[in-house]
Amino acid sequence: MNHTLDVKNLKTHYSSEEGKVKAVDGVSFAIGENQVFGLAGESGCGKSTLIRTIMRLIPKSAKVTAERLLFKEHDLLRVSDKFFREKILWQGISLVPQSAMNALNPVYRVGDQCTEAILAHTNVSKAKAVETVVKMFDAVGLQSGLMKAYPHEFSGGMRQRAMLAMSLVLSPELVVMDEPTTGLDVLVQERILRNLKEIRKNTKTSAAILLITHDISVIAGMSDRIGIMYAGKLMETADSMELFNEPYHPYTLGLKNAFPSIKALDRELISIPGSPPNLTHNIPGCLFYERCPFSIDVCRYEKPEEMEVLPNHFVQCHRTEHVMEFRKLAGEKKTWQFSK
Amino acid sequence: MKFSIVKDFLVAQYKIIRGNRFGMFGAVILLFFGVIALLAPYIAPYELWESLRDSSGKLAILRHPSLEFPLGTTAMGRDLLSQLILATRTTVLIGLTSGLVSILIGANIGLLSGYYGGKLDEVFMRFTDIVYGMPFLPFLIVLISLFGRNIWFVIIAICCIIWRTSARVIRAQVMSIRQRQYIQAAKARGCSNFRIIYGHIMPNILPLLLLYTAFNIAWSVLAEAGASFLGFSDPNNITWGGMLYNLWISGKIRTAWWWFATPSICIILLVSALVFISRAYEEVANPRLKQR
Repeated sequence: MNHTLDVKNLKTHYSSEEGKVKAVDGVSFAIGENQVFGLAGESGCGKSTLIRTIMRLIPKSAKVTAERLLFKEHDLLRVSDKFFREKILWQGISLVPQSAMNALNPVYRVGDQCTEAILAHTNVSKAKAVETVVKMFDAVGLQSGLMKAYPHEFSGGMRQRAMLAMSLVLSPELVVMDEPTTGLDVLVQERILRNLKEIRKNTKTSAAILLITHDISVIAGMSDRIGIMYAGKLMETADSMELFNEPYHPYTLGLKNAFPSIKALDRELISIPGSPPNLTHNIPGCLFYERCPFSIDVCRYEKPEEMEVLPNHFVQCHRTEHVMEFRKLAGEKKTWQFSK
Repeated sequence: MKFSIVKDFLVAQYKIIRGNRFGMFGAVILLFFGVIALLAPYIAPYELWESLRDSSGKLAILRHPSLEFPLGTTAMGRDLLSQLILATRTTVLIGLTSGLVSILIGANIGLLSGYYGGKLDEVFMRFTDIVYGMPFLPFLIVLISLFGRNIWFVIIAICCIIWRTSARVIRAQVMSIRQRQYIQAAKARGCSNFRIIYGHIMPNILPLLLLYTAFNIAWSVLAEAGASFLGFSDPNNITWGGMLYNLWISGKIRTAWWWFATPSICIILLVSALVFISRAYEEVANPRLKQR
């Protein structure tokens, strides 16, 4: 299988006054052509830093290393800034940024901003570019007359859809969506996600998507494959059905508990106690140790290796052989009431 | 297409100024002086340095305003209306040139400094600090004693000094705009630094830019008048300040009120017109002013 994006052991370390911040610490995953890869995790777990690293949007002071960082045939660790900016950004990888509501320049008409993106990257005529934008506006359910409007005349959902349209105008191979539905009401959320599915179905060149969110339900509905991120590491990676049916990592079990299920409405939501570790500290063992109800001594002193528990299902945990027991216990509230 | 952008821009400017009564007043005065400056050689009734004689053949020295000499004459029998009209041209030229050049320098230093930050910002801002330490008149006097009296040196001296404030203010504004989400989004879209600075940040600070353009032109007119009054202007190109200087050296400043009045009024009118226009832009740049 050809990978659109192939990342192996990617690390992004910031240096701060308190020491090195390991915002992303050894992340490996691959996104196949036409695949939707969902990346979930709490705020501050390094999701945004990860995509900003891939898109070269982080400050120069950050230290980025990786064994492999491939976008199609391009080695992103090697290509020059100029080539990356002109040929890979937007034409290859486009972004629907976090809070896309504020991602439109207030002094330009929305349509002009979309057209600019096309004209800056390709040699097509202006008329042709406008035609493409009209088509994309139509695809996301915006009337083409709205191209003449300014961003402040749009509602939040419309701006979000305009950003979605803008991210697709050059038919990129990979669309990165950083919390595309945050701050929108559920109806608009639903419409945008449905838009996305329709576009993928209707347009011939359907792109791979890297979907980043802390909303498990959005990820569950959209993704083919899911990565659960915690404190800069991918704790568990698996195909999405498998991840929800047979979770291995205690953190995944905990996350599942913290979201309501339509099938069991009277089930009490259980949250994971504590908060993510300070990333400047040098933690010798498992990063989830402090909050894990199933931890033993080895978790504290030794970092778990990534292992393949089922075909193509990766977990970083010392105690995967006891998972049957964990799955039973994780549903009970008292399991999560402990202090260390 | 290009033309429609210019048209949109001009219509937007007209709306801003139209929305403010003082701004409109300023614009009318500015337009008036602009027309006079353009047509000066054609509407001035007499030669600039010609000593005039009245109908009886006597030298017309220090005449009060009359039908023959609407604004009176000088101690050398020269027509003040002609001088005023031709001086308008030089004054407006100096004001516009140094105002525009200085905003060009100030805006670019502010944009680059605010956008890139770091070492470049450090260098530019320390340089600005040094310019803040330079006094205008001594600088001009040195320049003139080195190269001779010429309006271009007055313009250069004004340009060298005046950009400093605009650079500082624009830098601060750019630093705030730079952090906005839409600039990050533009970067993700693969925009070059050049396109981000001039295509995405500059349009957002345009009201501030125009405000400081008006300020700089006003300041240039005043600085030029001051320098000319002290005798540091080009003797071949008369300005309003230069007219006052001629009055001063003629020793008739206590008696010849008409000689004194019109250039002074013109300076005040032009500068306040510019300030009124800048007020109109200030309300756009800082909408809270409107509520008062």
